[in-house]
Amino acid sequence: MKINSIYKEEKKSAFQKVSEVIITMASRPSGFIGLSILVFHIILAFVSPYIAPYDFKAINPTLMLQAPSAEYWFGTDDLGRDVFTRTILGGRTALTITFFGSLIALLWGGLLGIFCGLVGGKIDDIVMRIVDAFLSIPWILAMLLIVSLLGTSTEVLIPALGFFYGKGIVRVARAATHDVIAKDFIVSARARGHSNFSIIWNEIIPNVRDAILVEGAMRWSWMLLGFSSLSFLGFGVSPPTPDWGLMISNARGLMSFAYWAVIAPIVGLSSLIIGINLTADAFAKALGIDRSTKAPV
Amino acid sequence: MSDIIQKVKNLSIGFKSKKGEEILILKNISTKIKKGETVGIVGESGSGKSTLALAMMGYVKHGLYTIGGECEFNSSNLLNMKSKDLEKIRGRKIAMIPQNAGQALTPNLKIGYQIDEALQLHSDLSEKEREKKISELLNKVRLPSPETIALRYPHELSGGQQQRVAVAMALAGTPDLLLLDEPTTGLDVTTQAHVLELLNFIAKDTGTSMVYVSHDLGAIAQVSDRIIVMYSGEIVLEGPSRDILKRPIHPYTHGLLKSIPKLSLAGLPESMPGSQPQPGIIQSGCSFFDRCNFSEDKCKNTSPQLEFLKELNTSVRCFNYEKLLNESQVNQNVNKIKNNSNDKEILNLSEVSISYAKQKLLDQIFNRISDDNPTVQDININIKKGETIALVGESGSGKSTILKSIAGLLKTKDGLIRFDENRNLSSDLKERNPNDLRIIQLIFQNPDESLNPNHTVEEIIAQPLKLYFGLKGEELNKNIIDLLQKVRLGEFYMSRYPRQLSGGEKQRVAVARAFAAKPDIILCDEVTSALDVSVQAAVLNLLQQLKEDFGTTYIFVSHDLAVVRAISDRVAVLYQGRLCEVGPSNDVYKFPSHPYTEVLLGAVLEPDPDIKPKLVAEDIVEEKPPEKGCSFQGRCSRIVGDICKKDIPPWQLTDSGNAIRCHIPIKELQKEQL
Ligand SMILES: Nc1ncnc2c1ncn2[C@@H]1O[C@H](COP(=O)(O)OP(=O)(O)O)[C@@H](O)[C@H]1O
Ligand code: SF4
Ligand code: SF4
Ligand SMILES: [Mg+2]
Repeated sequence: MKINSIYKEEKKSAFQKVSEVIITMASRPSGFIGLSILVFHIILAFVSPYIAPYDFKAINPTLMLQAPSAEYWFGTDDLGRDVFTRTILGGRTALTITFFGSLIALLWGGLLGIFCGLVGGKIDDIVMRIVDAFLSIPWILAMLLIVSLLGTSTEVLIPALGFFYGKGIVRVARAATHDVIAKDFIVSARARGHSNFSIIWNEIIPNVRDAILVEGAMRWSWMLLGFSSLSFLGFGVSPPTPDWGLMISNARGLMSFAYWAVIAPIVGLSSLIIGINLTADAFAKALGIDRSTKAPV
Repeated sequence: MSDIIQKVKNLSIGFKSKKGEEILILKNISTKIKKGETVGIVGESGSGKSTLALAMMGYVKHGLYTIGGECEFNSSNLLNMKSKDLEKIRGRKIAMIPQNAGQALTPNLKIGYQIDEALQLHSDLSEKEREKKISELLNKVRLPSPETIALRYPHELSGGQQQRVAVAMALAGTPDLLLLDEPTTGLDVTTQAHVLELLNFIAKDTGTSMVYVSHDLGAIAQVSDRIIVMYSGEIVLEGPSRDILKRPIHPYTHGLLKSIPKLSLAGLPESMPGSQPQPGIIQSGCSFFDRCNFSEDKCKNTSPQLEFLKELNTSVRCFNYEKLLNESQVNQNVNKIKNNSNDKEILNLSEVSISYAKQKLLDQIFNRISDDNPTVQDININIKKGETIALVGESGSGKSTILKSIAGLLKTKDGLIRFDENRNLSSDLKERNPNDLRIIQLIFQNPDESLNPNHTVEEIIAQPLKLYFGLKGEELNKNIIDLLQKVRLGEFYMSRYPRQLSGGEKQRVAVARAFAAKPDIILCDEVTSALDVSVQAAVLNLLQQLKEDFGTTYIFVSHDLAVVRAISDRVAVLYQGRLCEVGPSNDVYKFPSHPYTEVLLGAVLEPDPDIKPKLVAEDIVEEKPPEKGCSFQGRCSRIVGDICKKDIPPWQLTDSGNAIRCHIPIKELQKEQL
């Protein structure tokens, strides 16, 4: 019998798959820009302590509110600190906290969503009601309550942010699981007698993983915005650690005469958010997931 | 005025691949549609038949674009027309009926309103006239009580009725050309025959030209005056319907007709090797070369051109059509299947009933099922080791439901499932031990759904081997390769994902996975219905071969009576979850028959212009089985009277051991209707 071979394609290693996705992402202009911005910020976060020209907490009353110059590229703030130094350092905390926060959101949101999609029925209903109830609480109020009770340490902020931003992931994971669960390959696995764990691990997760990861990436940028708002309100990073949210908050009164002290952190924060957003979009497109119908909350 | 209504000239349509290559879906198509003529376009999935039909109304699907050529309608090219002008033609001059009419109707608007909209859009009638016209149209498509249908919503109609409404809406603009894309695919056998008969009537009555697109030569044979056979984006054969079906002079059509199971033939038809090349595969010679039985060296490198044979009024794309010209008819050889069943019972269903009814709280607490009128009732079947028993019936007759319970996926309400004469199997998975689960395996209808898209072929086949036999490493590998060979797939398929396989190949992988468990019984749920006609016979042959090698028992569910005829030793006919007739295939397909079997047999569409379906009963759909009496009473045209409505009919045995459940005595059932 003649076998008509369609495509010859070899099985790829995980590394090959990941690099292929990244190449596809970078082949779109928006994806390329997003990835470049994100990579730039990540590298900056790693190297900034070594390349910062000045001490970020060195107060110098004689140098208050200097306009940008060859010496102080972004000028100085109201305490005479170098804005350039503080700007390149100002994303480190936010980036780290929200990165780990997103991982936590992914983990609990993904697992709970898969669980709900899998069991269905009453339990699913009840869990989703509870999740919805939480969704209806303004998150910022709840966050304020938590940090005022437990403090603003990293150990509090990461799980708290992770918790609040995981709700959306529950929904996505649940919907994706619902779609998969009706397929005959799941019925087939059940009929063979595979354990629930094996069905989740082998049959469901590979099919919902992409959707969950994309949602997680999206949540990261919103979490960054949320975290910076907390800092802005004084509940995030504590001074004198440099942080964009805090810097914007401190310098916003000086906007009319020392705009440089505000502009620099704003550019830092918004470019990172845009970068993550574009990357997440390109990520979704590279995986063939259509997110266009969903708007950020 | 010329009598040509649509002229397709050198039409090529394609798309750009990710790498920027131009990939052709239609390759230089030219054809003409005459006034009042019905042309059937037949081809397997991916052959470009729908793309061609859509182009005939000036529509090119998103992502595709016209590379060259034109579609001329009333001497203007539809493909470069402004959308405003096109709107005037679509619906009025050219109308389209899609495959899934239910989806094309707006769910929240009444049928009458939707037809009225179509009338307002496509005609200049006054409101009074339109009202009359709506009843007229609904009458024309033979809907019972048109007035009530007009007041219903789409979901309140059956699939066949929705399709009729779609026909009525298409006729609203009194079109000159009607395009139908797989209009009966997905409908039940009986409904399908009725809709085709209606289309024939409408073609004659209104003189509308029709283009009928289908993968099903049986349906095409019933309606077409002329047939166009497409393969891999090209027309390979075009000519008068009767000639094409009786004397196909292209090797593809010839092989196709040989491989379609027929009601009159017991046994498996010859299969055609391979599958249609995917679009974009660069081939120098004839696109059918890989699968052709008549090929020669020349075909490999030179593409044949479409040649018009005047004396036959036929166009053919083949160098060697003369070889086929001399074969006066398609000689269909079948391999008689060996009945290697022995008398040992392997599975016995006794008094099985299954209910989908939502259970009341009290019943839930006591873990019992109460339902006076369950979906499936009274199933008694004794299945012998090594036989193939088929369950047939229309959709919703409970075939899959019964399989689910046998597989342990759905709890029965009552009854026993006994394996190997002495072991009772629970219908609840949790109560089955691993060996109970291993001995029964399932193969599903659609391999796209039954194979995990994220697993390689290797991983898919490894699952049962690891689960049941704990195989690892070298031994696991050896077993996988062995199984792949058994389903005629090479070792290199191991690393492929389902999306890289053709439909037939995917189903082979599913078969390999089922056999990996070394089961005693395999449940086949419509395993060939999602496959292309040309690969169906190959999968059936494979299943038969494996069964002979391993002594497996098949429970084979299908709505296709010709396929069932080809592969099964015994047949059980189901209506509304109740058995009507059980017996050896040879007898079930002969008179005397249960009235329902008669309906089913009469509705089978054969690719032969001389065999017309017999429409014995109405094609209404019943939602629920009747509470009392015979399950078929609602549609039976032989109904004897009150006794059918009151008493469950008795089983009667024919001389050959065929059991029929009807109040009419066997002697009288012997007489054929019509
Ligand atoms: N999950 C379900 N819930 C409720 N009713 C169902 C379900 N599945 C099937 N049914 C009903 O049971 C009947 C038999 O269905 P099925 O066994 O799928 O028939 P077949 O396989 O013969 O087409 C139909 O009336 C169908 O509507
Ligand atoms: S041209 Fe050759 S390969 Fe093609 S169909 Fe004819 S005989 Fe077969
Ligand atoms: S018992 Fe009556 S209703 Fe049922 S099939 Fe026989 S004649 Fe028809
Ligand atoms: Mg079914």
